[in-house]
Amino acid sequence: MSSTFEQIANIIAETCDIPRDTIKPESHAIDDLGIDSLDFLDIAFAIDKAFGIKMPLEKWTQEVNDGKATTEQYFVLKNLADRIDELVAAKNAGAGTGS
Amino acid sequence: MKLETFQLIDRIVDLNLDTKTIVVEADVPPECHSVFSGHFPGYPIMPGVLLTEAMAQSSGWLILGLTKFERMPFLAMVREAKMRGFVPPGSLLTIEAKIEHEGSGFAVTSAKVRIGKDVKCNAELTFRHVPFPSPDLRVHMDAMATRIGFPQQALSAAGNE
Repeated sequence: MSSTFEQIANIIAETCDIPRDTIKPESHAIDDLGIDSLDFLDIAFAIDKAFGIKMPLEKWTQEVNDGKATTEQYFVLKNLADRIDELVAAKNAGAGTGS
Repeated sequence: MKLETFQLIDRIVDLNLDTKTIVVEADVPPECHSVFSGHFPGYPIMPGVLLTEAMAQSSGWLILGLTKFERMPFLAMVREAKMRGFVPPGSLLTIEAKIEHEGSGFAVTSAKVRIGKDVKCNAELTFRHVPFPSPDLRVHMDAMATRIGFPQQALSAAGNE
């Protein structure tokens, strides 16, 4: 089974037509890969479906806007993979049913 | 339909917030409507972009219901739109939409337009939804809801998530 990073990198490559080999764990989805908000919506849809989760994009965006988090925490891909792993773990623990 | 004001649907036939589905109807204008003078002379058919908008508005009412009129959906993406058959003036359209995915601040629907049993077009639609950005817009949508028979009881009847 491929890693979470591998899965989201493949999703990004396919969704945004970005060469897979340019997508690294250290890549920032916005600053390095140039993914815009519409494409990220598409990526979120694909990630939600692939992992059976609901990425809390609005909460993350609010935290960034409020200065409580940086975009790197959510949009550097290795960090995004960690956030997804946390969401999957929470879902599997039966605690991920809310929005 | 009131194409001049971009009102593409006429009435809600069924809204089920448990199954996350909606059925609406729309009356295509008669041949004398100006839209058909150019689309097309001697062969009037509904433009596919308007049929797509009708599917979007149908989906939008479903999302409005699911968010209990607290958030306004805006069309963001149209995927796999297929115009499967011509829609002539005066047709009665039945438009069905269902939620395929509820994300954080967005929703994805699938929708199709039928005349009788014949599917004329279908698409997958993605919407961003945000808290109402304008009080005037909220007032407008409330008035529209009344006009098209939005079943307010569906809001209270919906099961808790």
